[in-house]
Amino acid sequence: MTAQLLTFYLFSGVILISSLMVISTKNPVHSVLFLILSFLNAAGLFVILHAEFLAMILIIVYVGAVAVLFLFVVMMLDFKTSINKDNILQYIPIGILIGVVFIAELIIVLINTKFDLSNIQVLPNPLSDFTGKSNTEAIGSVLYTDYILYFQLSGVILLVAMIGSIVLTLRERVGVKRQVVSEQLQRQGKIDLVDVKSGKGVDI
Amino acid sequence: MDIAIADYLPILIFMFVALAISCLFVLANFLVAVNNPDPEKNSAYECGFEQFGDSRMKFDVRFYLVTLLFIIFDLEVAFLFPWAVTFGTLGLFGFVSMMVFLAILTIGFIYEWKKGALEWQ
Repeated sequence: MTAQLLTFYLFSGVILISSLMVISTKNPVHSVLFLILSFLNAAGLFVILHAEFLAMILIIVYVGAVAVLFLFVVMMLDFKTSINKDNILQYIPIGILIGVVFIAELIIVLINTKFDLSNIQVLPNPLSDFTGKSNTEAIGSVLYTDYILYFQLSGVILLVAMIGSIVLTLRERVGVKRQVVSEQLQRQGKIDLVDVKSGKGVDI
Repeated sequence: MDIAIADYLPILIFMFVALAISCLFVLANFLVAVNNPDPEKNSAYECGFEQFGDSRMKFDVRFYLVTLLFIIFDLEVAFLFPWAVTFGTLGLFGFVSMMVFLAILTIGFIYEWKKGALEWQ
């Protein structure tokens, strides 16, 4: 149990430190790299909770895809001009406001929730009929049937994201020669097949 | 520590070994390597011009589109894994549920293909 606890403190400590680095480094690319570090450590926390499938999905989706998306977004911004030390002070009031609201919400939740240690023990394995099943099996046995609404909603959300990104970013570039395979193969009339007699030339 | 977590102990030890080795190499570089900094070593030496602009240029927004489309199909495959594992016990309802999900994403895929979002023009 102590080794598990030590691993938990290791992962969560690295998450806290790297999250602090995300908001405090000057270079946005370094921020994204620290974000990747905190994603990896969150995957470690999932492994401690027996949620191996979620840990692997966190690495595949967040580290493999979302972090790359963030990197591209950061590269698209002109961050040389956006970093200005004088501007940081003017964000402090709204930052304090958001922080106070967030801490107040956390305190309200902490006061109104009666923490029971027996409940926490159950968390990695919330329903009793999942005993003996792996994490992936436990998710698969309920996600597609019992939670079909959320499953289909996620599909619709993915569709909306796909169409939205295409509508927002895809614009037709004029004056670009593109390959249109069907038209190229159907070209007629501009090609003359000439039977060339031996020893004589051809008029073109 | 229960049995399932103990299986991951070699990976944890491997992580520490990797961390130690990478830190060791960086530290050894500081301690052992010859270090004579000179501004001339960083200058362009008989190899053309000084650079005109910054090499950190802005990326095209088309990269964003490619990555976002990749994430969506990445997630689609992620949803397929638990379905494949429990396929034998899900029955017809689970099968139809997944087929509807795939059909929704196929609509998006056809839209994307017809719009030419997959072509790098």
